[in-house]
Amino acid sequence: MAELPLLEVRDLRVEFPAGGGWIEVVRGLSFSIERGEAVGLVGESGSGKSASALALLRLLEPAGRQRGEIRLDGKDLQGMTERELQEVRGGRIGLVFQEPMTALNPAISIGEQVAETVRAHRRIGRREARFEAIALLERVALPNPSRRYDDYPHQLSGGQRQRVLIAAALAGGPALLIADEPTTALDVTLQAQVLDLLRRLRDEMGLAVLLITHDLAVVAQLCQRVLVLYAGRLVEEGPIDAVFSRPAHPYTEALLRSVPRLGQPAARGQMPSIPGSVPDPSSLPAGCAFAPRCGYVMPICREEVPQLEAPGPGIESRLAACHLRRVLG
Amino acid sequence: MTSLSVRDLTKHYPLRGFLGGERGVVRALDGVNLELGPRETLGIVGESGSGKTTLGRCLLRLVEPTRGAVLLDGEDLLRLGARELRARRRLIQMIFQDPFGSLDPRQRVGSILEEPLQIHRLGDAASRRARVLELLDLVGLPAEASRRYPHEFSGGQRQRIGIARALATGPRIVVADEPVSALDVSVRAQILNLMAGIQQRLGLSMIFIGHDLGVVEQVADRVAVMYLGKIVEEGLCTDVLARPLHPYTESLLAAVPPPPGSTVLARSAPRGETPDPAAPPPGCPFHPRCPRAQRVCSLEVPALVERAPGRLAACHFPAQSVV
Repeated sequence: MAELPLLEVRDLRVEFPAGGGWIEVVRGLSFSIERGEAVGLVGESGSGKSASALALLRLLEPAGRQRGEIRLDGKDLQGMTERELQEVRGGRIGLVFQEPMTALNPAISIGEQVAETVRAHRRIGRREARFEAIALLERVALPNPSRRYDDYPHQLSGGQRQRVLIAAALAGGPALLIADEPTTALDVTLQAQVLDLLRRLRDEMGLAVLLITHDLAVVAQLCQRVLVLYAGRLVEEGPIDAVFSRPAHPYTEALLRSVPRLGQPAARGQMPSIPGSVPDPSSLPAGCAFAPRCGYVMPICREEVPQLEAPGPGIESRLAACHLRRVLG
Repeated sequence: MTSLSVRDLTKHYPLRGFLGGERGVVRALDGVNLELGPRETLGIVGESGSGKTTLGRCLLRLVEPTRGAVLLDGEDLLRLGARELRARRRLIQMIFQDPFGSLDPRQRVGSILEEPLQIHRLGDAASRRARVLELLDLVGLPAEASRRYPHEFSGGQRQRIGIARALATGPRIVVADEPVSALDVSVRAQILNLMAGIQQRLGLSMIFIGHDLGVVEQVADRVAVMYLGKIVEEGLCTDVLARPLHPYTESLLAAVPPPPGSTVLARSAPRGETPDPAAPPPGCPFHPRCPRAQRVCSLEVPALVERAPGRLAACHFPAQSVV
């Protein structure tokens, strides 16, 4: 029998209340993550990527509501009690968010914060938790961890705070790390350092990673597989190299083209661009949500929502939701 | 033709101690010299703490510089009284990063665009209304947009409104501070193309401040790289990116991830972080992170020197390849 995937999500739907009704921002998301695999979930504003991340840990109720299956090691999180969920959050699944300053408690030393997280998931004494926290800070390459243990968050640089948050996310011994825009608030040199660190953790600890970002170049640096979200639905999924070199969805293709390439500037004022803007979840067009911006649009695209299917015969490892049903480029 | 010269522009913020006494200064901007020619776009690149945003704000005196000169056609903006300054601001305007925070949510777009015209007493009511429609057309928005409120627009459209507002008084120079950083990737290129088109059509000079070298390269003719309040390298954009002289520029370039879909592997991440601007290292501010640092680098601040025509670098050991 095939091994169970680490995480399996089936038909996840997320809604938020708006204007007296509910607006669906995640509209039937299905994917899985294998043990040790790094997967990128790519999307722009309104794509539902951050709502998906919170929904995976059932963190958005009661502000929003969700349906679907979220199976971790085969066990559905939708059926879990709050107590069981608390063991999963920060336990089997670690979480890293974008803002390193707001995610840390300014009144508690960084070492204590990591040690507390260790003790929340394991029954060990304070002394042992302290050693464990220092080991974790060392693991994320915080310089002089035993000396920095008693420092407060404001005494650390932005990059160091992000390392502390990653150490705290590792404290419960997770099999999966969900990282929501972990490098977006960081300068470009720090971004490169944090990506190096995540790559190392993936390789050394066999940690699976779900990286949520708007930045395709960041995904390419860390992930083996990519999921592209647009207006709450997956539009493309597949191995990084294949998707990025020959995308099968016009949105992926257009997004890749609109990333400026260092050293190869376009003629002034003629960068490849995507017309229009990201649709508002409250007023989505009929048919394919990308149709109004798509260069390949056909009459059927404005009527029928394309299903997520192999983008051509014999292409098993990839999926695209496009009526073209072929690989582009 | 309008041109801008910046001389020794400096902004120091006093550091207050626990009881309010001064404990020294943060050199947010430290003796910056720049030239901006007619129709030219100068890119200012740096990370957080580099002083690039302070520089932009000091040029318009949105932040009052500590010393220096900002010469607009030879006249020093820093020596002008409030009323004269307001009159000159017609000619130098700013585009901000955040199209959400910089537009008044209670004002209709039409009155947002008309406001600068009223402040500068330009035209009568009828001609101002005509100007608003002209501005909307210039940035690719329909005339009916003037009756709507900012929240009814997407991020990209709001930035179009921000651009139209900056252009309302007919400036000759536009300072754009990270104008596309807050936008979705899929609309950034639209806005960059729009800005480049408008600049060419109106013959504007532009200072484009950004942290993303790939973005800056799309619009800038020349680029100045900033680190801890100082310019460390300057030159034609194509030259600086292809053959950087300063090791900081090299490390910035190395940190940019290769484009998705390329087979190039990421180079190793540069070490360290930008030091606290309140406690900069002695000598060259980059020396603690620099792979080429020698003893002299920790003792003497390197001057920004011309190494080849139009090519400046502040480094004791610049890369040789360019000269």
